[in-house]
Amino acid sequence: MLRELWNDAEGGFHPASAPDFLPETALREVQLRRLRAVVARAYEHVELFRSRLDERGLTPDSIQQLEDIQRLPFTVKTDLRDTYPFGLFASPMSDVVRLHASSGTTGKPIVVAYTREDVEVWSEVMARTFAACGMHRGDILQNAFGYGLFTGGLGAHYGGETLGATVIPISGGNTDRQIMLIRDFQVSALCCTPSYFTHMVERARELGVDLRELPLKIGIFGAEPWTDGMRKHIEAEAGIKAYDIYGLSEITGPGVASECSTQEGLHIFEDHFYPEIIDPETGEALPDGEEGELVLTTLSKKAMPMIRYRTRDITSIITEPCACGRTIRRMRRIGRRSDDMFIIRGVNVFPSQIEAALLRVEGTLPHYQIILTRAHGLDQIAVEVEVTPEVFSDKIRGLEEVRKRLAQAIEHIIGIRVELRLVEPRTIARSEGKAKRVIDRRNEG
Amino acid sequence: MKLQQLSLFLENRPGRLEAPLAAIAAEDINILTLSLADTAQFGILRLIVRDWEKAKRILEQDGWVVNVTEVVAVDVLDRPGGLAAALKILEDADLNIEYMYAYSLRRGDKAILIFRFEDPDRAVQVLLDKGLHVVGGEELISSTS
Repeated sequence: MLRELWNDAEGGFHPASAPDFLPETALREVQLRRLRAVVARAYEHVELFRSRLDERGLTPDSIQQLEDIQRLPFTVKTDLRDTYPFGLFASPMSDVVRLHASSGTTGKPIVVAYTREDVEVWSEVMARTFAACGMHRGDILQNAFGYGLFTGGLGAHYGGETLGATVIPISGGNTDRQIMLIRDFQVSALCCTPSYFTHMVERARELGVDLRELPLKIGIFGAEPWTDGMRKHIEAEAGIKAYDIYGLSEITGPGVASECSTQEGLHIFEDHFYPEIIDPETGEALPDGEEGELVLTTLSKKAMPMIRYRTRDITSIITEPCACGRTIRRMRRIGRRSDDMFIIRGVNVFPSQIEAALLRVEGTLPHYQIILTRAHGLDQIAVEVEVTPEVFSDKIRGLEEVRKRLAQAIEHIIGIRVELRLVEPRTIARSEGKAKRVIDRRNEG
Repeated sequence: MKLQQLSLFLENRPGRLEAPLAAIAAEDINILTLSLADTAQFGILRLIVRDWEKAKRILEQDGWVVNVTEVVAVDVLDRPGGLAAALKILEDADLNIEYMYAYSLRRGDKAILIFRFEDPDRAVQVLLDKGLHVVGGEELISSTS
């Protein structure tokens, strides 16, 4: 009863959102209590963690206050590979009700496990995510995250149901049908990767469907970095508010952090996921406000606790209180991952820098791909950009100018000459999940 | 008096021309004339078709980026100096030609040229004032059939 009352009120929140508004002292108490419990659990059940603590002469009792977390060793992605498949589990298989796996770019995937309680926490944080993005009971949610081993689909599914939304489990792909259902089912909220939604917008335009005239009002996008320029484009083209959410399989999947109505940073559900920012070079903890690598600790995970997991995502903690009233801290949008960075002729380049240059010239973000090759021992970078109606001209001179402007904008930012190729629409592979922006062929042939 | 020309972006590699042409052929849309401009890396296919709105819709459905431009078709005498005389009129009127190409059919002693002007409306006016025959869409289509 209470659940329904709260959740229906305009601007009201689902009761699951209550921890978002905890007073800071109460929040820190919860965090410390949970941190001590999870460290004890991992020490008892996970051999790798125990041996690392033993080497350092630490025990779970070494954690007396939250800051003591800095004494604990980091967990990194290769730890999950090295212990593949079940080496980091802290629960017996009889308590594990679900496995997910992320596609590894090289070799074996990364496996993650959930107890029934873990699934409940995950559902709760995803419900809090949807609530923060303005959803209520009665919203019709088209879930276009991929269902399957990827955590996106089922995470959003359970969260949507927990909130009381009507979930359409369409999964990714079959874009024409996605557009048909948005219209026919009067979908009010949709979640998927931002690159897939960009593709949907483009396809809707081709089909002559004006998304702005449909009831769709809320877009919830995550699983890959995207820019504010892309957000403006999506919001204008589809007539929605587009929210950024954050998560990763190793921690739980989607539901680690979410934007709220202000769209100014992502609230971290820190009663379950304890954030730290470190210097990625030295591993030293950085104070709130400084930019560095996000490190997360799962405070309530049972089947697979992650202690100080290095996300490789670069961000900073926002200290100012949020206008929405939530007390849990925010982090800035993830613009780049230290993983995405590539080094060309000794220069560090992030795809987001190239994206920014393309946006500046075109006004909207075209589909693009970065191709790295090696010729005569020298690294070459080519950027392929699909021609859009906005820049297409019937004059060769007009297109040559666009090409030149794009190349110069990129060169200006990264300081390296690029070969810019205009390509036909739809020649760059569309992803129904995470977009693949960089193709590195330097070690082929 | 002006004609609607469709332009398509193509990459300059083998086989690229076939797909859009096949798409409009499948819908029984007749191409009145076409021209291809290219650089080493890309090209622009320019088409004048019987039903440009339908052709545009079909091509866009197939994901092509299509641009519609107004062009002007002009009759010139098909003999040495015929084109030069027409160009002289345009030059005197200070009309800027972005590009031009020949229409594939000739009619009697006339050849038709397609012009892309910076200012097509003024170009039509000047050409008419100077007594040149500007070929409209209907006329172009009937001369082909």
